[in-house]
Amino acid sequence: MDGAELAGKIFYTWLTLVLGFILLPSAFGVSLGISEIYLKILVKTLEWATIRIEKGASKESVLKSSASVGIIQRDESPMEKGLSGLRGRDFELSDVFYFSKKGLEAIVEDEVTQRFSSEELVSWNLLTRTNVNFHYISLRLTTVWVLGVVVRYCVLLPLRVTLAFIGISLLVIGATLVGQLPDSSLKNRLSELVHLTCCRICVRALSGTIHYHNKQYRPQKGGICVANHTSPIDVLILTTDGCYAMVGQVHGGLMGIIQRAMVKACPHVWFERSEMKDRHLVTKRLKEHIADKKKLPILIFPEGTCINNTSVMMFKKGSFEIGGTIHPVAIKYNPQFGDAFWNSSKYNMVSYLLRVMTSWAIVCDVWYMPPMTREEGEDAVQFANRVKSAIAVQGGLTELPWDGGLKRAKVKDTFKEEQQKNYSKMIVGNGSLTSDLD
Amino acid sequence: MGSRASTLLRDEELEEIKKETGFSHSQITRLYSRFTSLDKGENGTLSREDFQRIPELAINPLGDRIINAFFPEGEDQVNFRGFMRTLAHFRPIEDNEKSKDMNGPEPLNSRSNKLHFAFRLYDLDKDDKISRDELLQVLEKVDVEQKMSIRFLH
Repeated sequence: MDGAELAGKIFYTWLTLVLGFILLPSAFGVSLGISEIYLKILVKTLEWATIRIEKGASKESVLKSSASVGIIQRDESPMEKGLSGLRGRDFELSDVFYFSKKGLEAIVEDEVTQRFSSEELVSWNLLTRTNVNFHYISLRLTTVWVLGVVVRYCVLLPLRVTLAFIGISLLVIGATLVGQLPDSSLKNRLSELVHLTCCRICVRALSGTIHYHNKQYRPQKGGICVANHTSPIDVLILTTDGCYAMVGQVHGGLMGIIQRAMVKACPHVWFERSEMKDRHLVTKRLKEHIADKKKLPILIFPEGTCINNTSVMMFKKGSFEIGGTIHPVAIKYNPQFGDAFWNSSKYNMVSYLLRVMTSWAIVCDVWYMPPMTREEGEDAVQFANRVKSAIAVQGGLTELPWDGGLKRAKVKDTFKEEQQKNYSKMIVGNGSLTSDLD
Repeated sequence: MGSRASTLLRDEELEEIKKETGFSHSQITRLYSRFTSLDKGENGTLSREDFQRIPELAINPLGDRIINAFFPEGEDQVNFRGFMRTLAHFRPIEDNEKSKDMNGPEPLNSRSNKLHFAFRLYDLDKDDKISRDELLQVLEKVDVEQKMSIRFLH
């Protein structure tokens, strides 16, 4: 009897603590500063660890800041210079040098494939999973690491799982209840309250610390919000600061339950899988949504897939053909505290969430940017590239013209043909072919 | 703790590759991480599909021939040794190597081995169809050392 009573008492106190310190402040949007203190301690510990590693490393030849420097120094000369000749020159056997060098450079280090796996860290952050190039240094460091493992798995993980559970249940129950009310401003306000509270709880479930910049540019109703995509958590991060209408496929299981509950409280745009293929249908429904100025701004990720937060890849033009005002948002995670990137080919959703919940924290910056509209004489692709550059510059990310779909698909042959065309233009000259009629 | 990358690449193997190719310790480790990240099947070898997954190589007009250069006659898989052996052709020729003794085997990145590699890119069916004299005459004036070298960082 005693054991069960004791367990019951502990559970009861645990719940009260959680309620008092986390749930109630979330409801009112107030922060008690616990996460700030936690982060400060964490930063100090990691700095100490970095110094220890560097001291230990000076004995061996461990690469310093190898990740940021790269394996090779690429020769960026364009085709004309690399083939050392004027236009209209003849084919030479030595032309093969340029192409083979470019090819081998790509094999050793290319711009695209590295974006589909987690970023390498400059210095170790005491997580086993990021330990790739670092050797055993000292007993003290190992002790700190073991302590870290205990704290993360035995203290933080149960807390976070509890919070996540509470957050999601509250969302489903709250949204369904609010959905029973007739349409009115009260309903909207209540739905906003439910929404924001549950998102704040879920963010705390990840020990998330988010800095919002330029809040004056927060996306307005009737607009489209566009952001770079790193993981499903992006949605959580953005909705903690404002309500959006989500766009996406209807899922089954837990996601489906959440989706159906959410759509009762405020209108989201969920598509069946078959409907997603029909681009005109998608565009039409989105146009209808933004035409109604009372509806929430739509949230879209034009990259179409998760990228590892070091660069921004091609924006698909579909979202930019709808019209309306685009509100760009840049999201940058700090990889030191935890890797937010979802490598969907390596981890499924559940193991991804577990990895996130056993990291130190999720720290990120969100920059709201001034709204953009399509200019005269600019087509959707150019507009998409303009928005992409703006987001890349703001977030400090590199910009790549490559398609994020290359994660799974092969490059289209048209790109190879373009390279071949460029080369043949050089050989043949300015397009005028002399033809000998024999 | 320990390092995951080097437990899979044994020290003896590393030393052998170092002697054969002339890459430094850290360069070999970095290239080994690259090799494993390309190896989607996680079986210690690369297939042609693994190479074709690199977009910048796929759009290279000579992409297929370059990929073939990695695979020995009739084989479909290349291991790390083979990978490094082919990459070694592109290592820059350092001054202190030029005056090495003539008794040992010729280093993989010598001028003539670089030329040999380029020759093989043309000679697809490996039957010496290009006349060697012609090739050498054309290439006499070309800066092979610079054009067929990639700057590997330490």
